[in-house]
Amino acid sequence: MFRNQYDTDVTVWSPEGRLLQVEYAMESVKQGSACVGMRSSSHTVLGALKRSVSELSSHQKKIIEIDDHIGIGIAGLTADARSLAKWMMNECLNHKYVYGTPMPSSRLVTDLADRHQRTTQTYVRRPYGVGLLVASYDEKTGPHLYQTCPSGNIYEYYASAIGARSQSGRTYLEKHYESFEEASKDDLIMHALRALAGCVTGDGELTRDNGSIAVVGKGESFILIEGDELQPYLDRLELEGGGAADADEDDDDDDDEEEKTDAMETEQ
Amino acid sequence: MSLSLAPGGSAARSSGPSSELDALGASERTSRPIVTGTSVLGIKYQGGVMLAADTLCSYGTMAKYKDARRLLEANSGTLIGGGGEYSDFQAISMMLKANAMEDRCLSDSLYDEDDGTTEESAKEVWSYLRAVMYNRRNKMNPLWNDLLVAGFDKKSKDGKPFLGFVDKIGTAYEDDCVATGFGSYLALPILREKYRPDLEEGEARALLEDCMRVLFYRDCRALNRIQIAKVTAESGVIIHEPYEIDTSWDSEAFVQSKGGLDEGDGGW
Repeated sequence: MFRNQYDTDVTVWSPEGRLLQVEYAMESVKQGSACVGMRSSSHTVLGALKRSVSELSSHQKKIIEIDDHIGIGIAGLTADARSLAKWMMNECLNHKYVYGTPMPSSRLVTDLADRHQRTTQTYVRRPYGVGLLVASYDEKTGPHLYQTCPSGNIYEYYASAIGARSQSGRTYLEKHYESFEEASKDDLIMHALRALAGCVTGDGELTRDNGSIAVVGKGESFILIEGDELQPYLDRLELEGGGAADADEDDDDDDDEEEKTDAMETEQ
Repeated sequence: MSLSLAPGGSAARSSGPSSELDALGASERTSRPIVTGTSVLGIKYQGGVMLAADTLCSYGTMAKYKDARRLLEANSGTLIGGGGEYSDFQAISMMLKANAMEDRCLSDSLYDEDDGTTEESAKEVWSYLRAVMYNRRNKMNPLWNDLLVAGFDKKSKDGKPFLGFVDKIGTAYEDDCVATGFGSYLALPILREKYRPDLEEGEARALLEDCMRVLFYRDCRALNRIQIAKVTAESGVIIHEPYEIDTSWDSEAFVQSKGGLDEGDGGW
């Protein structure tokens, strides 16, 4: 497809009516390692696969706490994610100072969407190359899961998966999401791990070093479950039979995903 | 419109008298109130919160505006009452109305929510006013008001009645009975003695009326034409029309002054 002429600036439309720079930014999200999220009537859970550049390096943090009641999972350019996280933390803090109550996540997320959109309509900037799964619990409206995209579109989901090989995760979630509403916190975490297990590379596996879970819920501040704390859940997963069996059926169907695991070190 | 601009407000930016001051490096600050309202009283009762204020705005010693409205609606669930500089109170009221409009217009939720939950609760309005008043105080250009905020602490079915106080230096507190100005000396002790959590609406109103009568007797900037307003869970904000309260000047203390000093030094 001859799309090269129209893709150098974000302010240039292609003849098909597309902003190619924005679409390329969305590709960047697909290169990041997998991140899943889901919610029940009482909790929202995030799961992420932490990538490490080499055996000598640590695993890149994928889940960031924004406030007591909001956290994000990232896929794509980590530096862009940190910049957004910093802004979100600041907004939440300011809101708490002025209004005395936690920031409604729906408001934060719509402002986040506006922030993303601005970068798609200015000559001097570029879109953010990261997708976020925003998990929150609002007192007024309950648990929420939102997904952001470099285009500035924000949608709310019952469950979602982003990043490399996330299609397996999505397939698992589509199959099971109806049981999430009534699921307990632990069940929800198990679902997250099973969805993640399908997103691991062929010969890899989900371990306590590369797995990461976060939970937020009614009366429960946003909390990370990693390392040793994650082991009991991984043990339970192994008892069930790994969980990878469920998820790898549709891997071949997704044309957009490629096995470029270690090509870009900037993305995790 | 922002009430937290640099000293001089928006006048500083337009051409006119203050631009000359600007050229000199001087600025305008509030140093004393000109048109003032006196006390505002507030009390919680069974099922809601009630405020009372007279309808006088004084111009120094002159009782100039005898139908001034000092109890106003900030949003559909919040009432504010103000003493002190009336123009500052009007500015605050307009600012809160603009905020309420923005809340209603901002499509915060990704769903259609028209149940008023996106509006600020009374507690959030109180906290916001605290932030504004304190900010202005720090710039040595205060909004010269004592404010009472009445409503509920949450925009939900199980919100508890809320009654808060903010003054011109940003002091903020909440209580079952609050009063500003002279009311804090003369009326508050009466309110506190007679307060019960299960006060009925009629009892609360009679209590406030009695206190307003005492204030008319003893506060020389008060008027006997008063206004009552309330916030309830079912009906929201209701501001009643002003009415005159009867007074009696034939009690002993007013007729026969102490010590029989009618002739002579005019003792009271």
